[in-house]
Amino acid sequence: MRAAAALRALRQIAAWCLIALRYLAVIVVALAVFSLILLVVGKDPVKAYADTFAYTFGNAYGFSELLVRMSPLLLTAVAVALPSRIGLINVGGEGQLYMGAWLASAGALAFPSLPAWILLPLMAACGFAGGAVWAAVPGILRAKKLVNETITTLLLNYVAPMIISFFIFGPWRGEESSSYPQSAAFTASARLPSFFNTRIHAGLLLALAALLFYWLVVEKTRWGVQIRAIGGNPEAAERLGIPLVLYTVSVMAIAGGIAGLAGMGEVSAIQGRLRQGLSPGYGFAGFLVAWLAGTRPAGILLMAFVFAIITSVGDILQITQGLPYAVVNILMAVILFVVLGRQPGRRETR
Amino acid sequence: MGAGVGSELVEARGIVKRYGNLLANDHVDFDIRRGEIHALLGENGAGKSTLSKILYGFVQPDEGQIIFEGRQADLRSPHDARALGIGMVFQNFTLIPAFSVLENIALFLADLPPIVRPADITARIRGFSERLGLSVDPSALVRELSIGEQQKVEVLKLLLADARFLILDEPTRVLVPHEVEALFSTFAALKAEGYAILFITHKLQEVLAGADRITVMRRGRIAGTLERQQADEAALVSLMFEGGSIAREGVSRRPESKEGAVFLELRGACARAMGGETALREVDLCIREGELIGVAGVSGNGQKELSDLIQGLRPLSRGVKRLFGRDASRWTIRRIRQSGVAFVPEDPLGMAAVPGMSVRENLLLGTGKRYNSGAGIDWPGLEQDMDGSFRRLGFKMPELAAPIRTLSGGNLQKAVIARELAHKPRLIVALYPTRGLDVLGAAAVREMLLAARDSGSAVLLISEDLEELFQMSDRLLVLFAGAIAGEFKRGDYRADEVGHLMTGSRRARQ
Repeated sequence: MRAAAALRALRQIAAWCLIALRYLAVIVVALAVFSLILLVVGKDPVKAYADTFAYTFGNAYGFSELLVRMSPLLLTAVAVALPSRIGLINVGGEGQLYMGAWLASAGALAFPSLPAWILLPLMAACGFAGGAVWAAVPGILRAKKLVNETITTLLLNYVAPMIISFFIFGPWRGEESSSYPQSAAFTASARLPSFFNTRIHAGLLLALAALLFYWLVVEKTRWGVQIRAIGGNPEAAERLGIPLVLYTVSVMAIAGGIAGLAGMGEVSAIQGRLRQGLSPGYGFAGFLVAWLAGTRPAGILLMAFVFAIITSVGDILQITQGLPYAVVNILMAVILFVVLGRQPGRRETR
Repeated sequence: MGAGVGSELVEARGIVKRYGNLLANDHVDFDIRRGEIHALLGENGAGKSTLSKILYGFVQPDEGQIIFEGRQADLRSPHDARALGIGMVFQNFTLIPAFSVLENIALFLADLPPIVRPADITARIRGFSERLGLSVDPSALVRELSIGEQQKVEVLKLLLADARFLILDEPTRVLVPHEVEALFSTFAALKAEGYAILFITHKLQEVLAGADRITVMRRGRIAGTLERQQADEAALVSLMFEGGSIAREGVSRRPESKEGAVFLELRGACARAMGGETALREVDLCIREGELIGVAGVSGNGQKELSDLIQGLRPLSRGVKRLFGRDASRWTIRRIRQSGVAFVPEDPLGMAAVPGMSVRENLLLGTGKRYNSGAGIDWPGLEQDMDGSFRRLGFKMPELAAPIRTLSGGNLQKAVIARELAHKPRLIVALYPTRGLDVLGAAAVREMLLAARDSGSAVLLISEDLEELFQMSDRLLVLFAGAIAGEFKRGDYRADEVGHLMTGSRRARQ
């Protein structure tokens, strides 16, 4: 009996090692391909990777910046992972993040005099609501069998930044910096607290809580069973009386809300005001994180960390090798290709 | 063709095929002679389909070889097999519905000229069809043909492409009795011209009616090959089940007693068709407590639509649906299930289970709010109830933590049945519940439905298996083109009459 239990544990560990190895292989292949691209433009890939390592793990500040980047990545990854369990593909994390940032800013700008203990929860609620509405619309369209949610969430990504632009060029343009298209700075009570003299902020705790929430709901609750049932076989789920429409819309809304919290974290803790380009593509990176992690919570945590490093590659190469920030998009695209390349295997391991 | 009738045409030697841990074909030695009709018999998962697909080059064996006309044949794809004159009709036909018969056949020809002269092909079709009992109008669109006619087109396709060895995977599954007879007479005509035929089935009567030799497979191996003269039902069953035998249920008798309460009533129920579906037209149906009503019909005549309508998956466009005395026309699926309606589907993995989830979680699905406990689930309560249900049915409860897709087809069907019957449903809708099950599994399901009926549930049994329907139904309805074409009382069934109603070739007697 005990031997069998030990054997099972051993097998579990072996399975985990295999998964870790597979993650590693994806990253290594992607980095190798990216090296070729760097070589083509005449840059030194070894130096690029060495710099990246030095700037992220080399000192405490660099490392703290990784954790700063992890908060939005975790949130946007959960925003992809949760709908994927019900069989929906949410590519709209970026737009939902922006809408969350927008509505959270509305809260911060409308009630600047509220104390932090009221204003921050209010901003979080606003951020959640902004993302939730942005994702619920595709959810409703999908539930009514009108439009595929992949298309609508993707397209709405391009609408959200325009709404923000409208407000920061127009009604919310700050007085003190009217030459820049950005809102006025938030009051101190609208800023999420940071820790240890770094930019690590309370949003990280929020992100970890969201990840825990995701795991608990999907694996431990009766709603989770029904969500997974719909994801596993929508026809059977419908025949067994599970309300598909209600679940589809609710799951999309909650996922969008979680992405919206990422936007709230960015404007409240990092930017301190609403401006354009407040996300360097966290929503898209979050999609890759969730996809690579196979929607497993531990995988999401690990992959969010890896992607924090990868997204910093852009900044670092900009400084050290004079490459535009956009090179990081090439790297992420390469990773996406590698992930899609091993897609058939992924399903079986789930 | 050097050798004559009776010599070996195809021979399989030591065929081994593995799918993961499953040994689908385990050192199979097998042969087909010229001019014989050979039946391949066995329960589900015995390896019949795998073997036939290997013979057609559709699946490559891990070990072993195929000898065709005395020479080793290297069948790497169906293309190689066709070049040798081997043809196969799959369970799901490979016809293009929007094309005519002629076009479908022409598409399949290896020697199709760049410019097709329809008259030539028509002449070639006629050349075969008249003397082999395969007459089909070459200009008809395939989508307008009945299933039986489509099967003829499939066979013609192979003949025009010069196949001399025909493999048919469960050809009778979709046919009504008189079509089965016609198919067997076509087999006989083909045999007379020297064709070799291999057909797969798990119906004993057909084997005895139509085959010259019978090979029985069991768990990937050849259990035995019998000449027809040596074969009888008992011998075949004992080969199929290693000496087991089916308990022959007697004709079930329902005490002709009081009229029970009406559990389900449809009055003038209509439903619109979407896509390739069949619209329901003015269906009147009434099932009482303790009654088993059979619905016969060729599939695609509104069976699925009728069952979906009862379960609330599709709205009524006209008419009334009443459940247990209340108007249920607009009830949701959930409400209908909660009122005591259970569903036993033809395809449990597709329609009633979530393959990737555990058996335990699957048993929970569809039980409504019964096992809610806060945000979580009362798993022990569920397990206890399900254990009771499995025990009442005489089924063994499977490993609860395993993903349900690891269960065999029969055990999966049993798990779904145990779940559906766990809470004593008042109405059971069973849609082809024994399709795809082996003889023993099918017998268990039939017994279960009869037991439910005897304990006061109402059962609606939708099936294509006329023998099953004749044996079990208290009343029998025939569904054709979305309408009830006829109704029979117990003991009043005549196979040919039901068969003709099923195919629309005769109006109901009034």
